[in-house]
Amino acid sequence: MPDDRVTGRLLRAIAVLAFVAALASVPLFAGKFVIYLAMRVMILGIFALGYNLLLGGTGLLSFGHGAFYAAGAYGLGFFSLHLSPNPLLGVAAGIAAAMLLALLIGFFSVRSTEIYFAMLTLAFGMMVFSLIWNARDITGGDDGLIGIMRESIPLFGGVKISISQDSRYYFLVLFFFLLSFWAVHRIRNSPFGLVLAGIRENAKRTEFAGLAVRNYRLAAFVISGAFAGLAGSLETLLESNARPFMAHWTHSAEPVLVSLLGGIQTLTGPVVGSILFVAMREIVQRFTENWMLWFGIVLLVIIMGFRGGVVGVVRQLADRARGPRGG
Amino acid sequence: MQSIVHVCLAGLSSGMFIWLVASGLTLIFGVLGVLNFAHGSFYMLGAYFSYTVLRHLFPNFWLGLLLGPLCVCAVGFVVERFFLRYVYRLALPYQLLLTFAFVLIFDNLVKIVWGAGSLTPPDIGFLAGSVPILGRKFPVYNLFIIGVGPLVAVALWLALERTWAGRIVRAASSDREMASAIGVRVPALYTGVFVFGIWLGALGGGLAVPYVGLLTPGMGETIIIEAFIVAVIGGLGSLKGAFLAALVLGVLSSFGTRYFPAFDMFLTFILMAAVLLVRPQGLFGDAR
Repeated sequence: MPDDRVTGRLLRAIAVLAFVAALASVPLFAGKFVIYLAMRVMILGIFALGYNLLLGGTGLLSFGHGAFYAAGAYGLGFFSLHLSPNPLLGVAAGIAAAMLLALLIGFFSVRSTEIYFAMLTLAFGMMVFSLIWNARDITGGDDGLIGIMRESIPLFGGVKISISQDSRYYFLVLFFFLLSFWAVHRIRNSPFGLVLAGIRENAKRTEFAGLAVRNYRLAAFVISGAFAGLAGSLETLLESNARPFMAHWTHSAEPVLVSLLGGIQTLTGPVVGSILFVAMREIVQRFTENWMLWFGIVLLVIIMGFRGGVVGVVRQLADRARGPRGG
Repeated sequence: MQSIVHVCLAGLSSGMFIWLVASGLTLIFGVLGVLNFAHGSFYMLGAYFSYTVLRHLFPNFWLGLLLGPLCVCAVGFVVERFFLRYVYRLALPYQLLLTFAFVLIFDNLVKIVWGAGSLTPPDIGFLAGSVPILGRKFPVYNLFIIGVGPLVAVALWLALERTWAGRIVRAASSDREMASAIGVRVPALYTGVFVFGIWLGALGGGLAVPYVGLLTPGMGETIIIEAFIVAVIGGLGSLKGAFLAALVLGVLSSFGTRYFPAFDMFLTFILMAAVLLVRPQGLFGDAR
């Protein structure tokens, strides 16, 4: 029914616009703390959106994406401390560093799949962690890389945009978040994204169809690494430091948890998951120190009962409310 | 020469703990097909339960080692029977994250029950002191650990290869449906194997109490990574591989700590990556 499709598209456009407007108006009415939390949500969202291109897209479970996050963070850190304090160039340097590292690690890892892929990426990720941890002279060891300033963004004609205030930096994060969301949406619906889905459903058949499965996996790995690097560099600008624990495997598990919380097979799942993750952490930490315990219990409930994640459950409910459909 | 021998011995004793944890991990993977992230947490629970027995009930090493891990087995039973059992058919991320949820839960529970700080085990005087080896002192307890590791390995091998129960476990691990068809109660067997694997890890924790000197709520997270590495290098599911890999890794990281202190962790990961690149299925794993 074409009418339905048009209304559907219109509704979706309105929803997206409302979402963007709501996000853009946060600094107008919200306090400092909420602005800060909203940035953490968007940064985690970028990390998880990119990660989900790999997990939801190809079915590969990586436990090493913290390494690319850290590469973005330290890439930006080194660039702004030693070369130029321009934040945009710094972010570009962070993404480039993350992509290079992802290309290197991915080249070795995508030969394996399933559990061996998970273990290989875990090992490589922890290798990066121990390098950062031990190379104290260069990386600052467990103190991390500190004193990274949030300089103004120079535009043409000598105009500069200051982002030193959180309420201004917010818009840079928002810009990158929307850009990432749009990019991931485009990638998922591109021919490339369809090949990835084919690999997830049946790698052998995709191979027989004449596609170089390994190259596609590597490409997805590097692209998701780029998003991790972007998220890492944005966090470094926000917190003005880069820490070795960004590369630790427990941090690599975060985008997996977030994707699962929101729903793996959906575009919005990682974003919804990020909101829930950050909100839950803040709320639980306000009442009790035992945030890990409660998060573990929520995770158990989701895995045992609601494997579609929050977005999946909502969709199911919506479908049920709409009643049985033809076709 | 003297220092090389000592570094080797230290490496062997630390390798034995990794072996005890990795043996349970690889046994569970071999039979159930689940990689248990929470295995390090069971090791930690074994240590804390044994500590409690030693401190508050009986200051006797053997009783602590017997009762502590037994309590952990009860926890393991609950985990398998009421949770893990329902995810065997699911995709890998769900299985891994289910066990990861238990890592979060157990680590936090330990902090609630025993406190977030570190605990010093009571001095029960078991095998305290040291003996001179090549003119330098070496703790007796570490020698005891070096003896226990191979003992467990031989006992495991005999149990799996020479007993009726071992034969059933091997049958179920190579073909679940066929085993079920000839009358093996596979679900019960899975529970049994899981609890036994947990017992091995908890035994390592119990043995670690006099060895590590300090119990901390994060002690499971370090050893689980080492046990993963060992299980993967040896080939997931292969006990022989896990044993050899634990020895190699223990000695290698002992040398690393002694001679390249900045890169001891790094060496371990290089070793794992190198083995997996040449033999993705590990040293003794089946090519699947």
